[in-house]
Amino acid sequence: MRFQLIGVNHNSAPLEVRERLAIPESRLPDACRDLSVHPGIEEAMVLSTCNRVEFIAHTTNGHADLRGFLHQHFQLKPEELEPHLYEFREKDAVRHVFRVASSLDSMVVGEAQILGQVKEAYATARAVGSVRGQLDQLFTRAFAVAKRVRTETEVGSSSVSIASVAVELAKKIFGTLQGKTVFIVGAGKMSELAARHLLAHGCASIFVSNRTYDRAVGLAHKFSGQAIKFDDLYNTCDRADIVITSTGSPHAIFRREHGEQFLQRRKNKPMFFIDIAVPRDVSPDMAKLDGIFTYDLDDLQQAVSSHVADRRKEAELAEAIISIEVERFEARLHTLDVVPTIVSLQEHLETIRQAEIDRVRGRMGHLTPEQELAVEALTRGIINKVMHTPITTLKTAAKESEATTVIDVVRRLFNLHEKEKGVASQANKESTAKKEVETRH
Amino acid sequence: MSILWLRFALACYFIGLVYAFVALRRTSDLFSRIALHAASLGMVFHFVSLVELFLSGHVVWASVHNGESLLAFLSMTFFMVTYAIYKTTSPGVVVFPIVFFLTFVAAVDQQPVLLTSFVSNKGWLVAHIILIFTGYAALVLSFGASLLYLVQERRLKSKQPASLTSFLPALEVIDQIGYRSLLLGFPFMTLGLLTGSVVALTTYGRVDFLDPKILLSLLMWAVYMVMVFTRWNSGWRGRRAAVLATFAFVAAVVAWAANYFSTIHRFAAS
Repeated sequence: MRFQLIGVNHNSAPLEVRERLAIPESRLPDACRDLSVHPGIEEAMVLSTCNRVEFIAHTTNGHADLRGFLHQHFQLKPEELEPHLYEFREKDAVRHVFRVASSLDSMVVGEAQILGQVKEAYATARAVGSVRGQLDQLFTRAFAVAKRVRTETEVGSSSVSIASVAVELAKKIFGTLQGKTVFIVGAGKMSELAARHLLAHGCASIFVSNRTYDRAVGLAHKFSGQAIKFDDLYNTCDRADIVITSTGSPHAIFRREHGEQFLQRRKNKPMFFIDIAVPRDVSPDMAKLDGIFTYDLDDLQQAVSSHVADRRKEAELAEAIISIEVERFEARLHTLDVVPTIVSLQEHLETIRQAEIDRVRGRMGHLTPEQELAVEALTRGIINKVMHTPITTLKTAAKESEATTVIDVVRRLFNLHEKEKGVASQANKESTAKKEVETRH
Repeated sequence: MSILWLRFALACYFIGLVYAFVALRRTSDLFSRIALHAASLGMVFHFVSLVELFLSGHVVWASVHNGESLLAFLSMTFFMVTYAIYKTTSPGVVVFPIVFFLTFVAAVDQQPVLLTSFVSNKGWLVAHIILIFTGYAALVLSFGASLLYLVQERRLKSKQPASLTSFLPALEVIDQIGYRSLLLGFPFMTLGLLTGSVVALTTYGRVDFLDPKILLSLLMWAVYMVMVFTRWNSGWRGRRAAVLATFAFVAAVVAWAANYFSTIHRFAAS
């Protein structure tokens, strides 16, 4: 359990900080690779969503310098980042990963998108090869825990995603959404989802604009909307009541002067900008205009926080499940730590048994098949009896903190050091044996 | 008897008044229902009071306090119509206090001041009063709506979670209430002024445009027209519309107060 995690999320850091740390999808594999070759790190994974940027690692000694990596990777001064960072180790890191995957740490507790995002990050890291044994187990378990939380609690049932909050806000501005026009700027999954919600609530027509025109056409086709060339954005935008923007532009694409133009052309009818881009697409001074309402990701968080209270109870239940799962995972990892030792022990004794049988076979002369079986059963029986206590002790010890000491003693007693390496190399054999051990106990 | 019924109405409107203050702080469905029922009951008493007044046979409509009572009743009618269409009691936040104030003033004074001018054509006078007061009532509602618009706009801009649970209707609904009552009130106000001119012409043979009452009424009408025009032409709403509505409202109040200074449109103690 030498897991370490460092990162920022919507609670710890304002949008401005998250904007600077966000890693675009295309650069995610590089980030994973960079982290995995950082001193003291064995495995690495990077999770970067709109609301969080997290670096998860399995380290050689549990004390890798993740902060150093951050400052080096983002070329930021320590004092800029320090107040917003959180770091978890060992059990706490496991708990955090479970909570994130189960959507308990989300801006909208219980929303379903985060699990998909974690799965994507995991797939990316696996593809790069920076996630192997330990992190692999951690995340496989995290997905199972997330599923358990989802099925056993109501946390996700009335899921208020960003999208549905956007719908509620739009209703507070426009009353009914019947006949309203939506403009999607930048074809992304989140904006697509929000658009789908708005259409489901009665919005009539939809425009889509994207820097890559083909993607706009594709998305427009999906909603039977109209694709708009990015150059025509400002000429068309005033026809929309609701603008959902999520481009990857490093600068704001909607500024105050655009807002003034739009308002003039639409006779001051209100406009609602839902800015889910990080960094933001709508400049903050837009909100100063009468009749223009802009909500960025942080604002949406505030808007949804009222819903969080309703789910607190379910979330508590979910937290309890997570606690149990963390214990279980820890125990399992320890058990896994003793497995190679048990396997070596078994193999060691088996080799001795075979050697002894071979040695005495000559003296015993010819044996009938029944006698062969009896000898086999006798020797095996003795070994199993002898092995029983050490294996049980090992398994019990695995759950305690003294595991390493006991493993050490057993290895020394049976002189298992060299053999263990051989076992480790036979990955397949080991995993079969693991299953055997698990089923037996 | 009329004044007794009016006092019953006043008691009911008092609940509405309390609602208006509570609603500003927190939302309560139950309380808004109670306020609505109380207001309806108040309107019944109020109506009875007005009918009795009418049946008494005097042209006491033209007294200040009965005028106030009529205006309060018409404002409540507008409020109820708005409720029927938009299912919102929130304009009550502004309408209830005004109605309460008007009814209160009308209900405490037992000796109404009467219009002393001799009016030859009573039919025109009654038409004038009802039209003008309907216009006033629409203006009251429109004024209320524009204030609520500001509140709701501010809430949405402040991005507090409360903006989602606020008791106020959607911004565009408030805007519609304001604009529609503005549009509805305008012809009444215009016709009210025209009938007033007819009354003046038949009584005095001329309209004295320098009389404070007439001057202020014309000013109020002009502001009213500017409001309708800017709204229709360039969609003014929010802060600018609220400023205009406040201005029109103040002009209306001043025009009403001008009764005390006007030589031809004067009330005096009976």
